Amino acid sequence: MAEAAAHDLEIERLSVRYGGVIALEDVSLRVPAGRIVGLIGPNGAGKTSLINAVTGVVRPHAGRISLGPQALERLPQHQIARRGIVRTYQNIRLFAALSVAENVRAGALRVPGALDDAALRALLERASAGEVEPRARAGSLPYGAQRRVEIARALAARPAIVLLDEPAAGMNPQETGELRAVIRGIAAAGAGVLLVEHDMGLVSAVCDRVLVLNFGRALAEGTPQEIARDPKVIEAYLGTATA
Amino acid sequence: MLPFFASHSKLFEQIGINALLALSLSISLRAGSLALAQAAFMGLAAYVGSIGAVTYGWNLAESVTAGALAAAAAAALLALPIGRLRGVFLAIATIGFGEIARVAEINLPVTGGAEGFSNIPNDAGAPAIYGALAATGLALALFSRSKAALAIAATREDESAARGVGIDVAAVRLGTLVAGAVVAGVAGVLYAHANFFITPGDFGFPRMEQILVACVVGGVTSSLGAVLGATVMTVLPEAVRFLQDYREVSTGAILLGFILFAPGGIAGLWQRRA
Amino acid sequence: MILQQCANGIFLGAVYALFAIGYTLVFGVLDILNLAHAAIFMAAAFAALWLTASGWPLPGAALAAVVFAGLLGIGLDRVAFAPLRRRNAGTLAPLISSIGAAIVIGGVFRGLFGPDERRFPEGSFAAAQFHIGPLTVGALDLIILGVALGLMLALSYVMRATPLGRDIRAVAEDRVAAALLGIDLERTIALTFFIASALGGAAGILIGLQYNSVSTDMGGRIELKGLAIIILGGMGSVTGAVVGAFVLALVETLTVASIGASYRDAVAFGVMFLLLVLRPSGLLGKRALRAA
Repeated sequence: MAEAAAHDLEIERLSVRYGGVIALEDVSLRVPAGRIVGLIGPNGAGKTSLINAVTGVVRPHAGRISLGPQALERLPQHQIARRGIVRTYQNIRLFAALSVAENVRAGALRVPGALDDAALRALLERASAGEVEPRARAGSLPYGAQRRVEIARALAARPAIVLLDEPAAGMNPQETGELRAVIRGIAAAGAGVLLVEHDMGLVSAVCDRVLVLNFGRALAEGTPQEIARDPKVIEAYLGTATA
Repeated sequence: MLPFFASHSKLFEQIGINALLALSLSISLRAGSLALAQAAFMGLAAYVGSIGAVTYGWNLAESVTAGALAAAAAAALLALPIGRLRGVFLAIATIGFGEIARVAEINLPVTGGAEGFSNIPNDAGAPAIYGALAATGLALALFSRSKAALAIAATREDESAARGVGIDVAAVRLGTLVAGAVVAGVAGVLYAHANFFITPGDFGFPRMEQILVACVVGGVTSSLGAVLGATVMTVLPEAVRFLQDYREVSTGAILLGFILFAPGGIAGLWQRRA
Repeated sequence: MILQQCANGIFLGAVYALFAIGYTLVFGVLDILNLAHAAIFMAAAFAALWLTASGWPLPGAALAAVVFAGLLGIGLDRVAFAPLRRRNAGTLAPLISSIGAAIVIGGVFRGLFGPDERRFPEGSFAAAQFHIGPLTVGALDLIILGVALGLMLALSYVMRATPLGRDIRAVAEDRVAAALLGIDLERTIALTFFIASALGGAAGILIGLQYNSVSTDMGGRIELKGLAIIILGGMGSVTGAVVGAFVLALVETLTVASIGASYRDAVAFGVMFLLLVLRPSGLLGKRALRAA
């Protein structure tokens, strides 16, 4: 492989185990700066485990994770975040009792200086949450708005890598369409994006490359079009093709 | 007006001390940490300060400083073993720490044992106590706009998400424990100097419960709430003197009432009106 | 000498066990640390005392007081915990609520009976002493041990062999699943409180008899000991509470005999603290500490 650039996320032969259960085995992936990589697979394939390993929530059993030259697999969670790797959560983990503004400012804690109101609004706009009232209690917002505030919080850190865990879940088609623009915008600003998703339309539309996981192992890798045609992938999702 | 203050000076001193203690607990509760060790920190500081004042002739300022430092050191040491504990387990461990401290105070020869330590110079009164209270309140108010305060609030809400935005949760818990200990320590030394006489029993679980009650009634994470709660709960037993032996029922009933119907405490009720 | 201390430790342990079981049952089933348990412990002792002083024979008075304790426990749940369950109030709120209830109960009994220590009326219980080999054992001690063991065996039977026991264990395991399986949650919880509080009340009566002393602050010391015991034995584990109680009582009596009484409490809390730091699940408990 070509030499990884300063802000590329490099995952090499990652294995994650919970007790005796193998969540990930020998998975390799690169998320280059400014690119969008999709991660798909049936439920239980290990997608969230991969995000958990990268962000330091779980310690990998084997393998290397690095951001440019910096090895991450031994660092505690908060230090990984401080190096510019942020995530959103499958089950939305906003600071519910705090306001939207406080949530976004919390995201910016690692960035020197304060986030003024104009910058705050700009972040919400970038996450397609411009209509959200910054003083509203985060937990009181509708589901779709909470998701977008969570993305704004992630962007506030001026991240190098953004890991999105099923951001389209529960969104209607209009919101999903807005999400495409948001994700493209993140990559355009220079961050690498890892998109974990079930919505194949979204994946095909924004991703440069896609990795398919099944039972913790890499099944196929390529452009969205390539993996959509890959018979192994079709079989994994739909069972042996009879049509 | 003045005669009223004079004849109730002890009560005013008590209110001030209890307000400081409630503030010290609220600092930890703000971080979501149910660390119930403030009574123990109060006691440790009270003894350190008192022994210094009696044995080495420290003045009030020296006594308070030494006590606060002792409390801070104890908190720093305590933070490590309890670092992974949460919720009820954390509460129980810190209660246990308090009991160990109480037993140490009973058994160390220098403390005068279970009968208590006396002859502490009576040089702390309402001015010193309210001065400390004002300083603490001011410090907390100034602090509340800082990034650190936001980190503390985020830690309370969701520790894992807090780590995910780069917050060093362990540092937050340590920092709040030590800061609370300093305030409790100051309260402890002032208590000793205001009361001339201390016993280990002054700083045990009943005291800790008292502090917790004040915080809950006032509003667990609000500084003003802590002070109001302490005021209400200190004055209440005096106000219901006529109930005699049944007095405590009013304290318990108020606590139950708040936790069941107004869990945000007085501060919460105030916010609801806004 | 050691043997005598061990015997004393066993008698003490039996009562500690009764008290600790009540604590751990409620924690196991509801994740609540019920700090009003010690208040019910005290209330039952006073109830037995008052009935005996009013002329009731001791066994009858004790039985009535135990039932009273159980009912008080149900009432406690209705007033202090059930409303919080309905609004999903988290773990701090029930703890505070239990403190409030404990203060109310303490205040009521202090008002009714005053703050002084009371004794059981002359002649209400057996005072004979036996000599078994090198040991001196009171008839009362044997009765207390017998009653305590009997109650523990009865509880064990209920938990293992009755539908109620099965329901309680199911609710403790997974409340939502238990409800989905058709178990009447509120009824099971109420009965859990009845049993836990009845046992705690029995412990209060027995301790009151053992030391012939009943006072409104008798709950204070044992409340914290109970915490140490359930940590030692593992929170949520009834067997652990029993084992922990005997272990603690034995270590305590031997410590008093060797180092001196003033360090007795430090033993309990030192051990508890160490366990929390090193092995929070205790000797037998299955619950690990909560992840952040």
